[in-house]
Amino acid sequence: MAETEQRNPTGDFGFAPTSAVNADDTILNPRNEPRARPVRAILPRAPRGTGFDLCVYGATGAFVAVVVALFLELLWSSRLSIATFGFSFLWTSEWNPVTNQFGALPFIYGTIVSSGIAILLAGLVGVLAGAFLAEFCPIHFSGPLSFMIELLAAVPSVVYGLWGLFILAPLMHDYIEPFLQRYFGFLPIFSGTIYGVGMLTAGVILAIMIVPTVTAISRDVMAAIPQTQREAIWALGATRWQSFRMVVLPGARAGVFGACILALGRALGETIATTMVIGNRPAIEASLFAPGYSISSVIANEFTEATTQVYLSALIELGLLLFIISVTVNAVARVLLWTIFRPLEG
Amino acid sequence: MESQRLRRIRGAFGIFSAAFCAAGVAVILLLILGYVIREGIGAISLDFITQLPHPVGVPGGGVGNGIVGSAIIVGIAALMAIPVGTLTGLYLTYFGRGLPASAVRFLSDVLSGIPSIAIGLFAYTMLVAPLRHFSAFSASFAFAILMLPVIITTTESAIKGVSRELYEAALALGVSRHHAIMDVILPSARSGIITGVVLAIARVTGETAPLLFTAFGSQFWELNPNNPMAELSLQVFTYAISPYRSWHQQAWAGALILIFIVFAMNLGARVLLKPRLR
Repeated sequence: MAETEQRNPTGDFGFAPTSAVNADDTILNPRNEPRARPVRAILPRAPRGTGFDLCVYGATGAFVAVVVALFLELLWSSRLSIATFGFSFLWTSEWNPVTNQFGALPFIYGTIVSSGIAILLAGLVGVLAGAFLAEFCPIHFSGPLSFMIELLAAVPSVVYGLWGLFILAPLMHDYIEPFLQRYFGFLPIFSGTIYGVGMLTAGVILAIMIVPTVTAISRDVMAAIPQTQREAIWALGATRWQSFRMVVLPGARAGVFGACILALGRALGETIATTMVIGNRPAIEASLFAPGYSISSVIANEFTEATTQVYLSALIELGLLLFIISVTVNAVARVLLWTIFRPLEG
Repeated sequence: MESQRLRRIRGAFGIFSAAFCAAGVAVILLLILGYVIREGIGAISLDFITQLPHPVGVPGGGVGNGIVGSAIIVGIAALMAIPVGTLTGLYLTYFGRGLPASAVRFLSDVLSGIPSIAIGLFAYTMLVAPLRHFSAFSASFAFAILMLPVIITTTESAIKGVSRELYEAALALGVSRHHAIMDVILPSARSGIITGVVLAIARVTGETAPLLFTAFGSQFWELNPNNPMAELSLQVFTYAISPYRSWHQQAWAGALILIFIVFAMNLGARVLLKPRLR
């Protein structure tokens, strides 16, 4: 009788203590277990090896296996390219499928420059926007504003790409880039032919895509600074802006930095929007107006056209490179964020 | 020491620039939405969402197969990701402790940052290259991996939101751990977990990159997951980078539908399910 109630799957567990006593539950039967142990010490010793436990451990094992397999499979599939080109893959710039010569430098350059522009723009705007939401915003505005910024994060990247290609690129071509060239044209980065699509446009669209990440995390990090610290400096006569500059920002520095790095990781791996606006030309040029190419774009554009094994393998090695970069960047960001949020979790 | 007046001016300027940045980000959202609606609304019709694509030059045509394809690919992905994701999230709360749990949590964080195109390559080398044909199932596999970190994180925080005393009380009544979790903890955490699942589905619905070499796209009504299949966001991408004006119009209309679906899921997850958490 007791056993059948135990296994009743309908969710109506027995409340009568008699129906629930089993060999492992010593709490209700202290006479068999004279030493009183703290509840927390008993809990992990609850029965193991049931089907349910197997499901949980099995699912977790499957998850871990997939992540590990992801890395190993990319490594294994790019072995041909790694064996053929070695480390010179990373710093030669000839990418020629006809002669089977593959060097990734133009793509690495394009990825770094476009993401660099993105994080410069998004870092500045996002941290200030996060500060506004956490510190200065009237309370009935902060909800809707946060919500809009979260929605911006939900826009599909192909929509960003479409918007970038047909709205932003002409705008850059007609107004912003001529303006930059007119007043800052003496700098090599703002010289040369204006195309519309190129590194700068890709950087701007990436900045728009990652700014919600920077904003949301900086807001949370700043909100985590204890209110008493602000009140202390207000009592010394500081203005709200001064309390932000002298207390909140220094306290949240590691977390804000972590937010920026996390956003940078997103920018480095972003594919579709970049492919649509970066111009897709494997060249390294000083001008930010010139078309470039990124690691992810070349995979997206050329993978289904790759005819030889070495070509395919070189493209997969690019994917492996992205994997390694993003894991490194994310690990750094997590460690930085962890230093902020850990004291709160106690 | 700077004067009182100067401090006030600097403060006002600082707060104003912060407000300007926050407003700027919100305005960009409105700009993107505005353009997508303006450019896309003209091509939206019943035909557009129910018809097959037409060849270039033939007016009309739609993305019906793409919408159905998206539903199939995302649906299969969800079937794979939901059990693994929720159970792994559960592992992180009531099962795992110490180093193994930290390692799993770290892997989930790291996975959330891995570019979708790298995951697409993985699906290709695992399921497309050995079988020698593109398939919707390989796309679902890639999408399932993309969904996992979202589901794991939200499940973990939803379950942690349920007070541990509830669990201990259930155990104290003599209920087995299995029943304490399934009948006491999970029902209380249900809306949080559903929110996470919906957000994960919304995330992959807008994802395009892995599809390029997994689902590949199709011109037909394709319902067999073992074959190449059309997908809405992939169709938007293909139309957008084509040189044809009529296809650009279709791309905008497809983007409008895509954004509508994704936003509806986000709104549903956040607005409808959040109040019940409290």
